Formats: sequence, structure tokens, C-alpha cells
Amino acid sequence: MTKGTKLTQSNRAGWAFALPGFGLMVVFIILPFVFAIALSFTNQRLISPNPTKFVGLANYQQLLGLGTITLESERDENGAIVYDEDGEAQFPRLRGYTRNNPDYPRIDGMREWFSWGNEESRTYVLARDVVFMKAIVNTVLFVLVVAPVQAGLALCLALLINQRLRGINVYRAIYFMPVVVSIVVVSLLWRFIYDGNDGLLNNLLSGLTFGAFEGRDWLGSPSTALGSIMVMSIWQAVGFHMVIWLSGLQTISPTLYEAADIEGAGKLQTFRYVTWPGLRNTAVLILIVITMQAFALFAQIDVMTNGGPLDSTQTIVFQAVERGYGKQDISGGSAISVILFVIVLTISLIQRYLTREKN
Amino acid sequence: MAQVKLKNIRKSFGSVDVIKGVDITIEDGEFVVFVGPSGCGKSTLLRMIAGLEDITSGTLEIDGEVMNDRQPKDRGIAMVFQTYAIFPHMTVRENVAFGLTINNVPKAEKDAKVAEAARVLQMEHLLDRRPSQLSGGQRQRVAIGRAIVRDPKVFLFDEPLSNLDAALRMDMRMEIGRLHQSLAASMIYVTHDQVEAMTLADKIVVLKDGLVMQIGSPMELYHEPANLFVAGFLGAPSMNFITVDVTEIQGDMAVVRNASLEPISVPHKARDIKVGEKAILGVRPQYLQPVSQEDGMLHGSVILTERLGAETVVDVALRDGTKIIAAIGEDRVLDRGTEVGFRFDPMQAHLFAQEPIPVTAPH
Repeated sequence: MTKGTKLTQSNRAGWAFALPGFGLMVVFIILPFVFAIALSFTNQRLISPNPTKFVGLANYQQLLGLGTITLESERDENGAIVYDEDGEAQFPRLRGYTRNNPDYPRIDGMREWFSWGNEESRTYVLARDVVFMKAIVNTVLFVLVVAPVQAGLALCLALLINQRLRGINVYRAIYFMPVVVSIVVVSLLWRFIYDGNDGLLNNLLSGLTFGAFEGRDWLGSPSTALGSIMVMSIWQAVGFHMVIWLSGLQTISPTLYEAADIEGAGKLQTFRYVTWPGLRNTAVLILIVITMQAFALFAQIDVMTNGGPLDSTQTIVFQAVERGYGKQDISGGSAISVILFVIVLTISLIQRYLTREKN
Repeated sequence: MAQVKLKNIRKSFGSVDVIKGVDITIEDGEFVVFVGPSGCGKSTLLRMIAGLEDITSGTLEIDGEVMNDRQPKDRGIAMVFQTYAIFPHMTVRENVAFGLTINNVPKAEKDAKVAEAARVLQMEHLLDRRPSQLSGGQRQRVAIGRAIVRDPKVFLFDEPLSNLDAALRMDMRMEIGRLHQSLAASMIYVTHDQVEAMTLADKIVVLKDGLVMQIGSPMELYHEPANLFVAGFLGAPSMNFITVDVTEIQGDMAVVRNASLEPISVPHKARDIKVGEKAILGVRPQYLQPVSQEDGMLHGSVILTERLGAETVVDVALRDGTKIIAAIGEDRVLDRGTEVGFRFDPMQAHLFAQEPIPVTAPH
């Protein structure tokens, strides 16, 4: 193309201009990404005198290794089930199968994750890395609760503040405020709120129930710790998504609302037929953003619970950091990062497919 | 089908008065056009009738019932918007049926009504398309279809053709005219386009700054404008205004003249005109006949000739400096600088009391 000569001649200048930005991207985004993938196939440690060796999928096997075993309950010479002091059926010790048992090489070194069964037999699900499995389950649980609740709450707030009222900007500012406060600071503050001894929440609930509520250690109990972190996380970021919803709401032509009004649509019908279809693209965006953010859950855990109590708040990213820097196992941390990447990518692709424009 | 009555309607946004007391009666089956320059309040007035804006004071009656505080859906109206306001995610069929769907009308009745509307608007083949697959004219047709299905007492149109290109606008204009004849419904139509107003209306309401300037049939307004504003607003090119001296008043006639105008006698229609004072003479460009300099009643020189084929528009500077336009009904060349005279029938001229000459809408 003769017309393009001038452009192609200036090609070098173009690259020169792009270089600073491009260089930064390579150094801080592309290289670490490639490194993470490459290191996850080695035995690299943070500081180690030994040379790095290629270990193939060993890191992934260590993280994701799963197995099952079904055991029969122990019986006495008459064939009757043996019960212990608590009246529970006795089973052979699991360790006998997972520690150096040549008959069961596949589950060697695994530990019990969870089990089910009756008095006669129990099936045990074993994991090579039970903590990581718990981290995956907690993270998925976190995403499943936070994504819909946060998105829904943010939409409600957006609908509320998308009105022409005097002083509406004050409300917009208030709802948005937690977003501009660092998540670390927010986490520290909420530690006081959740405090088991004299926390704000305990005091409040006790006051509301005239002393009937006895108070509990919200972050110190496995049954409430993850839930408490979910509530705080939803509160903290809801303002951000509210603003995105709001921008979506404001792209809907006011005339459509007027037309619906004239046709006699009620509030709910207007939402169903005008607002929601108009927010379709925004909804896709918000769902993907919240899902990705929720999968990256780390700071709250690091500040508030460190993964405890009893691993009830372990998460994937927390495990990646813990392993990579805490235990100096860079290759293990990298493998976790790659697993997270694959999970998030898969979910994003599924979401995009499900919410695609149908024509 | 119903009569619509506006009695001393007013609208204020805060301290700004937008509509300053309007009285209009729209008879059953009448096609009324609100016309005026931007910001005259015509759209606001329509939206007040629709119930999209509150009425600050005054009464609105439709079919004898006061509608001031009724919801839009209870007023028996349907509205067509400039931006179509059809729902982008619904098919044409769903759009047309929207009002019926949300009111839980049985499917058979809904289908019948949609089919009827589609037949009237000749858009049966479009029913399963989505708005993104339609042209502007087709979208507006869908919006009109949605209005028809409501079976309203009054149709409201808010500049429905303004977003269409010129050719399509003419088609749709004729279509709306035809629709009015076949439905025989009352229609209120807002536009800033005087061609739409002149061609469609049974009755035109000319508005300016929130006040009614004149109400009447298109020809009444054209031939008997009540004031300088209406005279200048309707007609293309706009009426020429020449400041003249009043020298004599005899009965219904006043004798006027100025440096470029020979004394002529024109009807003053009992307007506030006094001997010895200035007045404004209005003459439509089409009524000016070019003649030789000596035979003319008006004298000036040609500035510019625009030949349109069937018509020639000549810009002329009169001797006193006033610029006028003559629209000559033939193809003719008048060279720049040519001294020229014009004749006209004084009975077709209008005399107004002196006031600032309005800046008319360019048409």
C-alpha cells in the first residue's frame, strides 16, 4: 500500500513512544505472569542453596491430590460391631492406610478431609493438602455469598440514590466512603466491632435484646468467622458497585420511563421491563468484577484472622502468600496462583457465555 | 374521542414561569398543532396534558373530567415521543403490546389489537424484528402502533418527525395525516416545523414565551395573523417587515409611506396606529411583483438572487436600508445591483403597531 508508506516509515518512532508504557507492562504484568507459570513447575524456594529443578506437575499433585477410601467398622469375634465409650462404631485407624502402607500407595501421605457413612462402613475423602482444600471451599463459599448479595445490595442503593432529591449527593458520598478507606484500616476497625469481649456488635445486640444476648467472639469461632468477614467485605465494597450501577442507570433514557408511565406500568413492572433490561451490560460487568475481587480475598483475612480459627477462613490467595513467603515455598505459591487464574478465567468465560447477547 | 380543555394553565419551575396562563379548547376529533420557537413551552404544555409534568395552576379537562391530579395512565391519552421511546430489548410485537401486557389483557385480545395496529400502519412484516433492526421511520411507526393499541381518547405527539430525515419526514407526515382521518381521534401535535403545522392541523396554536399568540386554522393564521410574531413565524420565506410613517387614517384604511415606499392605503384592522407615528408594514415575499423602477411601489436594489427552478428568491435592499425578500414564481435572473421596483396588492399587506421586529425561526 503506497498510502501507508509514511505510517510505516514512522513505525520506529511509534514503537519508541510506546516503549515506556510497554516496558512497564512487560516488567510488572507479563513477566510475573510468565514467571508464576514457569516456577509452578519447579521446586524453587525463596532462599535456598540448592539449584532449582524441574518437577513437572508435582506441585499441582501436592495441592490438588485427592483420594477416597471406604472402611468397614471393626467387629468382634461374633461379627458384632464394636462400639467405643461414646457409643460410636469403631473404625480402623486411617493412619494405618495412609502412612507407609504398601497396599495403598495412591493415598500415601494423605489426610482426612471429610467423611460420611453409617455404623457398618464409612467413606473417607482424603486430600494431600487439606488446608488448601478448605481454602478453595471457603473462597468459593465467599464468592457464592458475596457476589449476589453485594451486587443486589449495590443495585438497591443505586436505585435509591438515583433520584432527584435535595441533598442526594450527601447520601452518595456516605455510601461511597468505605470504598476510599483502605481495606486494611477497615479490617482493623471491624476487628473492634467484632471483638468478643467488649466489641461494638456485642454491645449493640445486647442492648437491643435488653441483655438477653450473651455476646460471642465473632472472629474467634469457626462458625461465625467467615460470615463476619463476608458481611464486612460486602459493606466495604458495596459503594463502589453502587456507583457502577448508578452510571448504568443514568444511561437509560428518561423517555423510556415516561413511556412506561403513560402505558400504566407500576414500579415493579417499570423495573422489570425498563430498568433491568437497560442494565444488562452493567450487570455482566459487575458480576465479573465482584467475582474476581471475591476470589482475590486476602487483606481481610491477613488482618483479621490469619486463616483461623481451625482454618475456617483460609482462602486461596491467603494460602498463596502464606506458602510463598511464610513458608518460603515460591513454587507452591506460584502453583496456587496459577490454579486461581484458571478458576477465575473459567468462571469469567462461563459468565460471559451465559450473559451473551442473544440474537 | 374527547374534548380537551385547558383553562388558565400555568407552569413554574421554581421562580421561572414557563407557561403563563394558557386557554385552549380542543374539540372532539380535532387535530391541533402547538407550534412555536424552541423554549416557547409547547413541549411542556403537552407534557402537562400527558401528566408527565405537574400543573402549577389552572385546570385541565379531558372529556369533561378534571385531570390535574390523575396519573398519566388514567387520562385516556397515548403519547409518541421525538426519540421514539420504544424498548430496545423487546421485539416490535412486544413493544406494541406493552401496555396490554402489563395490564394482563388476555392473549387473544392482545394479538388481535396488535394485528389491527400493524395493519393500519402497514408494518405486519416488522412485528418480529427488534428495534435495532429498524430504520428511524419504522421505529416511529412502532411508537405510533403502541399508541393506537391503547385506544386513547387523545393522541399526543411530541415532535415525532424531528429525528427523521427530510424525505422520510414527508412520508410520515402524510401517514399521520391519514391516520387522523381514519381514526378520527383528537390529536395534539407539537412541532417547531411550520410545514408540519400548516399541512396537518385543523387548528394551530402559536406559542411564544409561554403565552398563546394566536389560535386558528392554518389559513386564518397565514392570511390574518393577529400580531407581528405570528406574521413572521408562519410562511416561508418569512414575511417582510418595513417600518413606515402613518400619514393619514380614513375609516378602515391607513395611508403609509417611507423613503422607499410610495404612499399606499392598507387596512389597519383597528390596531393601535396613530397618524404621525411609525408602524410596521408586513408583506409576504410571494405577493411582491417585480416591475420596472418607475412602476414600483417599493424601490430598492438587488443583493442576491437564488434560483430554485420553480421559484426565484431575491434579496433586495430598499432605499432606506431595510432588507426584504421577494419570492418570484418563475425562473428569472436579476443581476446584483439592479435597481428594481415591486408592486403588491395593499389588501394583502398587514399593518402592525410599532414594536421590536421579532427574530423569526429560519424556514
